[in-house]
Amino acid sequence: MGKTIAEKVLSSHSGSDCVAGDIVMASVDFAMSQDGTSTMMIRELQELGFEGPKTKRGMAIVIDHNSPCPSVDVAKIHKTIRDYARAKSIPIHDVGEGVCHQVVPESGKALPGDLVVGADSHTCTYGALNACSTGLGSADVAAAAFTGKLWFKVPETFLINVEGGFVRRVGAKDLALRVIGSLTADGATYKSIEFSGEAINSMAMDGRFTVANISVEMGAKFCPFAFDKTTADWLTSRGISTGISVSSDFDCKYEKDFDFDAPDLVPIVSKPHAVDNVSDATDLRDVQIHQAFLGTCTNGRLSDLHAAAEILKGKHVKKGIRFIVAPASRTIYLEAMEKGIVSELLKAGASFVAPGCGPCVGTHAGIPSDGDNVISTANRNFKGRMGNNKDVGIYLASPETVAASALTGNITDPREV
Amino acid sequence: MNELAKHVMEDIAPDFSRNVKKGDIIVAGRNFGCGSSREQAPRALKAAGVSAVIAKSYARIFYRSSFNIGLPLLECDTDWINAGDELTLDLDKGEVVDQRTGKTVKSAPIPKTMQTLLADGGLIPHLKKHGGFALE
Repeated sequence: MGKTIAEKVLSSHSGSDCVAGDIVMASVDFAMSQDGTSTMMIRELQELGFEGPKTKRGMAIVIDHNSPCPSVDVAKIHKTIRDYARAKSIPIHDVGEGVCHQVVPESGKALPGDLVVGADSHTCTYGALNACSTGLGSADVAAAAFTGKLWFKVPETFLINVEGGFVRRVGAKDLALRVIGSLTADGATYKSIEFSGEAINSMAMDGRFTVANISVEMGAKFCPFAFDKTTADWLTSRGISTGISVSSDFDCKYEKDFDFDAPDLVPIVSKPHAVDNVSDATDLRDVQIHQAFLGTCTNGRLSDLHAAAEILKGKHVKKGIRFIVAPASRTIYLEAMEKGIVSELLKAGASFVAPGCGPCVGTHAGIPSDGDNVISTANRNFKGRMGNNKDVGIYLASPETVAASALTGNITDPREV
Repeated sequence: MNELAKHVMEDIAPDFSRNVKKGDIIVAGRNFGCGSSREQAPRALKAAGVSAVIAKSYARIFYRSSFNIGLPLLECDTDWINAGDELTLDLDKGEVVDQRTGKTVKSAPIPKTMQTLLADGGLIPHLKKHGGFALE
């Protein structure tokens, strides 16, 4: 019987011939943490007498969640992180570099065929690069950094096939929200998800990052995409190695498979306060919005900024709407500047914040007021997520839908503007 | 952690942190722990006095992190338990006994890896004790 990507990666990394359901001890290629989870990890590493990572490609800490620093208390946390990283020679991606799940791929530390762990839920993002990558708690990441290994239960795999092509102004985020809406928040708990089909094969890397990133919102452990020319080009154009790619065997065992047709997909929005609480954007035109947010590890990349700029070019967001933009990395920010995207968005009323998580996680850079509705390209809309839980509704959507809604002041299907 | 303990469950049960007593058990429905990767979640529960959680199912990252910090989780149907009931849990057998009704329900067995971590007091104590992983 053939193997899935998850079975292959966990087999090769544990030196065993394992299948779904087995528990294996596997060597981890890379470990990361961010400034919300590093303090706990550092305490645990100190308890263990950590001197340096035993993971193949080391580890890195990214300061992105509270970046730049919003308070004296957080400044103390950042100092602890910087001091420790310096003492143990751990690379730090500091304020302004970007969100961890963009900066890590850009730094070439997550490669095809890798097994990667991170102290952040959305570490599954690197699955776009054909890696088995997953978010875990601080202790697990500390254990992986300290020993170079971690125990894993080999997950079952779901196959999600998407045929055809997306219609205009509908894309990866809409597909992802449609899938999560169908499978629900725990529909893929502990599974590895493999996407296939025409729409996936022709999907650009930015879209693959979007889908892999948000897969954890249906409970997924891994979301490894196939390795193809798109993957290879993304890596080699950045001078990064193409690693050791992995593909599932034609006769591997999928626990379940699902089919979606890209041409049938419409702009989708997740309503408060759950990611799987989805609705067609067209059904929400009565919802007034007060703040729009474009950015995050889900949709802060060049094509996301470009898609929003295409809609807002030469126009202005509705008076009274706050429009916050956080490019996912400094590299992307610079590229967007060179292409005129930044000035188009600025002229349309955007407020750019430093590359990083921005207001996504409620620590700063755009906390909503009581009673506000926010439309956002982020991946979570739990109650209070953006820092205020008093009557705030967070609606998740694609960059196109966020831009269209900022334009009109109500949730708007981007095909209508 | 003591500060966080004051805010546990506040969105769904504003009085929780005031009422919870050491040794109390949280009984929940589906996908308990859904949300963050933060280890602060199970730690805050433990700091608030929660001794165990029984739920129909768990979010993945929360599940691992709980055992890592020594907070046991049992998985079984929970509709038959009422708030305020006194429960006896047998973690080895995977059993929940409700003193009010005398009813016993079997829970899904705690995987051996988790049992080892619990017995050693959590992941970090386990690693310190054995100088690395010692999971069979």
